[in-house]
Amino acid sequence: MSQSEPYLRITGLTKKFGEFTALSDVSLEVLEGEFICFLGPSGCGKTTLLRAIAGLDIQTYGSVEQAGKDISELPPAERDFGIVFQSYALFPNLSIERNVGFGLENLGQSSEQVKKRVAELLALVGMPEQGRKYPAQLSGGQQQRVALARAIAISPGLLLLDEPLSALDAKVRVKLRHEIKQLQHKLGITTIMVTHDQEEALTMADRIVVINNGLIEQVGTPEQIYREPATRFVAEFIGAMNFLPASAGDGGEIRIGKTPVRVQGVDLPEGASALLAAIRPEDIRVGEGVENCVDARVESVEFLGPFVRAELSSEMDAGPLYADFSANLVREQSLARGSELRITLPADSIRLYPA
Amino acid sequence: MTATTATAAPRGRPVRARSSRDDRQMLAFMGVIMLYLVIALALPLYAILSKSFQNKDGEFVGLANFLEYFNTPALTHSIQNSLTIAVITTLISVSIAFTLAYGLSRSCMRFKGTFKVIAMVPILVPSLLPGIALVYLFGRQGMIRELLFGHDIYGPIGIVISEVFFTLPHALIIIMTALSIADARLYEAAESLNASKLRTFFTVTIPGARYGLISAAFVVFTLTITDFGAPKVIGGGYNVLATDIYKQVIGQQNFEMGAVVSLILLLPAGIAFMVDRIMQRKQVALLSARAVAYEPKPSPLFDWIMFAWAAVVSVFILTILLTCQYAALIKFFPYNLSLSLKNYQFDLMDGGGWASFYNSLELAGWTAVVGTAVVFLGAYMVEKGKGFHAGRALFQFLAMLPMAVPGLVLGLAYIFFFNAPDNPFNFIYHTMAILVISTITHFYTVAHLTAVTALKQMDPEFEAVGASLKSPFYRTFSRVTVPVCLPAILDISIYLFVNAMTTVSAVVFLYGPQTSLASVAVLNMDDAGDIAPAAAMGMMIFYTNAGMRIVHGLLSRGVLRKTQSWRNR
Repeated sequence: MSQSEPYLRITGLTKKFGEFTALSDVSLEVLEGEFICFLGPSGCGKTTLLRAIAGLDIQTYGSVEQAGKDISELPPAERDFGIVFQSYALFPNLSIERNVGFGLENLGQSSEQVKKRVAELLALVGMPEQGRKYPAQLSGGQQQRVALARAIAISPGLLLLDEPLSALDAKVRVKLRHEIKQLQHKLGITTIMVTHDQEEALTMADRIVVINNGLIEQVGTPEQIYREPATRFVAEFIGAMNFLPASAGDGGEIRIGKTPVRVQGVDLPEGASALLAAIRPEDIRVGEGVENCVDARVESVEFLGPFVRAELSSEMDAGPLYADFSANLVREQSLARGSELRITLPADSIRLYPA
Repeated sequence: MTATTATAAPRGRPVRARSSRDDRQMLAFMGVIMLYLVIALALPLYAILSKSFQNKDGEFVGLANFLEYFNTPALTHSIQNSLTIAVITTLISVSIAFTLAYGLSRSCMRFKGTFKVIAMVPILVPSLLPGIALVYLFGRQGMIRELLFGHDIYGPIGIVISEVFFTLPHALIIIMTALSIADARLYEAAESLNASKLRTFFTVTIPGARYGLISAAFVVFTLTITDFGAPKVIGGGYNVLATDIYKQVIGQQNFEMGAVVSLILLLPAGIAFMVDRIMQRKQVALLSARAVAYEPKPSPLFDWIMFAWAAVVSVFILTILLTCQYAALIKFFPYNLSLSLKNYQFDLMDGGGWASFYNSLELAGWTAVVGTAVVFLGAYMVEKGKGFHAGRALFQFLAMLPMAVPGLVLGLAYIFFFNAPDNPFNFIYHTMAILVISTITHFYTVAHLTAVTALKQMDPEFEAVGASLKSPFYRTFSRVTVPVCLPAILDISIYLFVNAMTTVSAVVFLYGPQTSLASVAVLNMDDAGDIAPAAAMGMMIFYTNAGMRIVHGLLSRGVLRKTQSWRNR
């Protein structure tokens, strides 16, 4: 059984703006029907990568292949994609119908066909019978749906979404997140979305590409990215993480302060004696475990609704340690400032990075 | 080559983006319009430059013409005169404009709209008109000449008053814009810190408007030093650079010396223009911060003072205008003050008669239609096209250049360039075409900037969306760009129309026996002593422009309501 060819293949892509290198030697493969998120802080190059794929800002070096065809040098009009921008870029002087039908009219379809297809598309994005309105009469979320309908109208092979949700308020964002994902699943269209919102990426993507400073830090499923961040940047950027200064010990052990700590499932970074041990606040357990148990004291607690984030000082003497405890646990054990407790750092929850 | 840089070594050769058909077509369009600017602007300017180094027979004589110029005190004295007039006018005009703009934007005075409309009147008349009015008011037999206490209106006093009238609306528009972008939060902060009104004025208002003030000053300076209408009519024996060019060329047929004076006039205008561009750029940077609009609060004393001031300025403007109207309607000033329309019988005078008025209408119509199309297309191609950056930069430069070139200089340059027997475009000399071309070129810059501003305000992704939907650029252009920019397009066309009606400077060298113009007729009739008919023709220009402005206003509103229903939520 042969491995299926990737739908999109980016090889050695470098983009320079004058002296500034926005992307440096980026390579990536995207399978057909996948939902990919480019995630990273602002200015990391994620939008540059998207625009290179669209042909809007063509790369300085490297190639882009789509469906087995080299499209590296092609202008946007000769590529096969639909795009939704953060601003939606709806044509303000055209009605919703005209906006959605804009691309269809170029395909030489009859006005009957266009009308039918536009109605279908508007129904698909949950906006039937709104076609006669103008963009300014719609809410941000509705405009977003129209932009989406317009982008998929000509059935492109690739859907590009450039921070499509970041201009919306939180509630609408969560709702649309779900809807876009469902729509994508239904159409089976290969999709790339740029976002700086990790929650968005974690909930929507099949695979996440974490980008920083023009380099790909990690490519993986949301779970891999969260559970096994490949670099310190990824660990820091996604979710909350404790970083504890550590040093390499004997036999797969490390030392945090003076305390020997066993780790499992990670390799010691080569050649680095100074390390950072990383553990997520929610992975810290209360009570005596089989290993890596230390005494700790609650220095302060912060109420965050379903859980409590506690700042702990421990006998490891490695700076403050944050731990998330469920509200129930806090009540049962009556944890408060000054409480003394035993905590466990599970060996398989600890990641190691060079300091 | 990358060995010294820290970035990863790129693989293979750099990617050469293939241009799309759209890119090539847009580039071709831009090339055509750039060719227009080269032929209508760059080459004529080159012609005038080379002419200044030649003698009458066209032989290269180096700096001989310049030496002759600087050894003729009668000529060099004009430099000082021009600078004096320009500096004094700038001080007065900007002061009036600032105080008026301050009242209009920061007080709760009544009749703001009326005052604004009156303040724009000078734009609608040729710069010759205030001079004519001043003759009637303060001339040898003027109605209120006693107010001058024996001073002569013919000379610097008359020129300065005319130029203040002529430049006031330009300064007012710029300063109003600068004051209107004030951030209300700064005033609230000043108030909460118990700063006095005066201190707030000097620490918040003035710094906020300073670029506008400087920009207005340079615009007024340039307009004044390059204006030829006012000193021609009311300058008497007081020579300035602009009238010198006219006299050298029309009076003495000394084209070479005309070219030399032109280049000297180009210098201060060019410097003022460059400083203004730098200021404008800074003002834009100030504007981009999202601010809270300032809302003036009623303050009876201040509001009344500002109202009184605005009334004084309005009376000044209306006096000039109504004096001209009065002059046009009375039989024979000051001996027979009965009303008649005989001064409108232009066919009985020299100056081209009614035909020159119709020619002006034709010129204004062509300039508005063709000019708007050329300018907007050019701005679109240069803003939205891709690649060919050097050409794009050159286009921008050529589009900005006309602002720095005085109309007389452009007109003279056209004589040199288009009248050359070996020029293939020689056939347009003395036709309507050369008048249209010179007028479009003369007023290109402001029109271009209006178009660019409108295009920049559009979502930059419209073209990207269009391309992704396989829509050719001309379809996105006609279905989206033009409708969205329609208000700006109408603004450009009325601007070109009004200026084509009033301009004298460039066309005065270029009109032919069959293509005399109304504004030129004003000049020539005034020259011949037919001042009342000159005033009447000036008023014809005013009626036309005022009428067009009203039509433009109605049209804009109608078009907005019809095609831009999307603007109303």
